[in-house]
Amino acid sequence: MKRDLSIETKSLRRLFKGIPGKGDVVALDQVDLEVHDDEIFGLLGPNGAGKTTLIKILCTLLLPTEGQALIKGMDVVKRASQIRRIINLVSGGETPGYGILSVKENLWFFSQLYGLPRDFAKDRISKLVDQLELQDYLNTRMSKLSTGYKQRLNLARGFVNDPAVLFLDEPTLGLDVLSARHLRTLVKDWIRTGGKTVLLTTHYMAEADQMCDRVGIINRGKVLACDTPQRLKTKVTGGATWKIEITPSLSELESVKSIPGVIGLSTTDNIETGVTTLKLVLEEESIMSDLLSKIRENGSKVLNLGKSEPTLEDVYISLVGTGME
Amino acid sequence: MMLPKATPREELLTNLRAAYARMWVRLRGSNREVTGLVAEIGLPILTIGAYVILYRAIGLPPTAGAAVIIGGAMIAFWTNVLWNMSSQWFWERESGNLEMYLVAPVSRMSVLLGMAMGGSVNTSIRALGIVLLGIFVFQVPFQLADPLSVGLVFVLTLVALYTMGMLFASIFMLYGREAWNTASLLQEPVYFLSGAYFPRIYAPVVPFALQAAGSLIPMTIGLDAIRRLAINGEGVAAVWPHILALIACTLILFPLARRALNYMESLGKKEGRLTLRWQ
Ligand SMILES: Nc1ncnc2c1ncn2[C@@H]1O[C@H](COP(=O)(O)OP(=O)(O)OP(=O)(O)O)[C@@H](O)[C@H]1O
Ligand SMILES: [Mg+2]
Repeated sequence: MKRDLSIETKSLRRLFKGIPGKGDVVALDQVDLEVHDDEIFGLLGPNGAGKTTLIKILCTLLLPTEGQALIKGMDVVKRASQIRRIINLVSGGETPGYGILSVKENLWFFSQLYGLPRDFAKDRISKLVDQLELQDYLNTRMSKLSTGYKQRLNLARGFVNDPAVLFLDEPTLGLDVLSARHLRTLVKDWIRTGGKTVLLTTHYMAEADQMCDRVGIINRGKVLACDTPQRLKTKVTGGATWKIEITPSLSELESVKSIPGVIGLSTTDNIETGVTTLKLVLEEESIMSDLLSKIRENGSKVLNLGKSEPTLEDVYISLVGTGME
Repeated sequence: MMLPKATPREELLTNLRAAYARMWVRLRGSNREVTGLVAEIGLPILTIGAYVILYRAIGLPPTAGAAVIIGGAMIAFWTNVLWNMSSQWFWERESGNLEMYLVAPVSRMSVLLGMAMGGSVNTSIRALGIVLLGIFVFQVPFQLADPLSVGLVFVLTLVALYTMGMLFASIFMLYGREAWNTASLLQEPVYFLSGAYFPRIYAPVVPFALQAAGSLIPMTIGLDAIRRLAINGEGVAAVWPHILALIACTLILFPLARRALNYMESLGKKEGRLTLRWQ
């Protein structure tokens, strides 16, 4: 049964020393996760939820406090050096490498940390450079690259040992719309080559929806739900998702949130038009009348009201409670 | 799917490749910027030149100048060990590179070895510059009876010195709050105690025992041996104790460095201190 599991955690727990006197920070709490071969798995969760902590433990960079984590059946604590040969990690927003070296030189350097023979490394690097469209910057020093191109270099580095399990921590951070889309296609194509697994974190719901075979939603170190995006949408929201446009914005958001039966609420303000859009996940439709009177009490006018198709964002909001922004 | 373990041969090859690449990066990086090259080679020469002129002006024998030239050449290695070896993990952590080394299947030792090789090649060029300056510009007298021993002592000194650098690297990473300050703290006293800039043999401002004990670095031992060999024209018989001491240093420091590195890594993994930032 364990054979096709790429990543597995069993009651994984991780504590960090907190501020003196305030006790430990529980970054991960009883996390049980199973990710299979050929799967792109997405981790969603608010800032500080524990996503990076989980990735670091799986990458052998951090020890679990309790519980167990396995990559291809190997324990991350006991078999770290074996695991390191078959994994790689790309963190968005970080730019490892040497600024004074060119793109090509940096990639060559990282390929050597995996002991790739010279010609083999050369071939693989030129392939990666093509895939990530870095050709024009081959001889440019890393320090002179723009943020997006640095991130492409970082991604190319992640593929340099053709890992069996690739960890992507917010990989599209800082990429423009087209580059991000390009990267998503690249990862999806790569996973089709077979025998690969990707675990990624992102704050972009649409990205997770589009890319991931399954997503896990994590908050305060606990995995709240874990399934395919489609099933999560029907399961969690039950279809009762509403969109209400009001003006002016609510002065007391809390009073709306505290209405019994409101599972999730997020707001987006359009500064130009002065219209605020509320997205709501409700337990029952009957709550709507309470809600509307509360909005009127607040002195806001309802411009538009309608049911909306549940999105992954709605799932997220109903589980985590507040909007991402 | 269980993965086969890498064979010892594969593992060795990977580590050698990594060490070579790290050396290459070090050489490539530091020799690319002209200002860096000038600062590394040009500026120390000025300091040493000043000492040579000073000693000549106050009427010390020309061998005093020779002692300073050798001192300057050797101290360059100590500076390199401090600023590039010891503080290496610290800077790598700051730049986010440390994680990339740690997720890779290579020994941290081989990365440090590459760094040491790159550093010592670079510094040797600088040291050679200083010696040539002494010979051709200041015409200081060298008296070499046993060049082979000079080579031997030189290599042994470097090995011991860079092994010490490896040991410092792990200590610096976790405890050097500001690697900058820690390095400075170790730099100036050693400059003084090792007697590198004094014409030691003729004017023992700092006695050797105090130098060796005070600076506690292999460089002081190597420096004294090379001065005896290259200025006094003594033979290998005069520097046996030095050679043994240098070998002993390496034999003690190497396992210590290994343990410190492992300790640093597991402590870092336990306390989450391997990265400065987290997302
Ligand atoms: N090295 C560390 N030392 C101390 N506390 C840490 C460390 N790393 C993470 N934490 C804490 O653990 C918790 C989880 O952090 P983590 O970085 O895993 O969150 P995240 O889900 O990746 O958040 P983000 O979306 O902001 O990246 C946070 O409370 C954080 O402050
Ligand atoms: Mg994170």
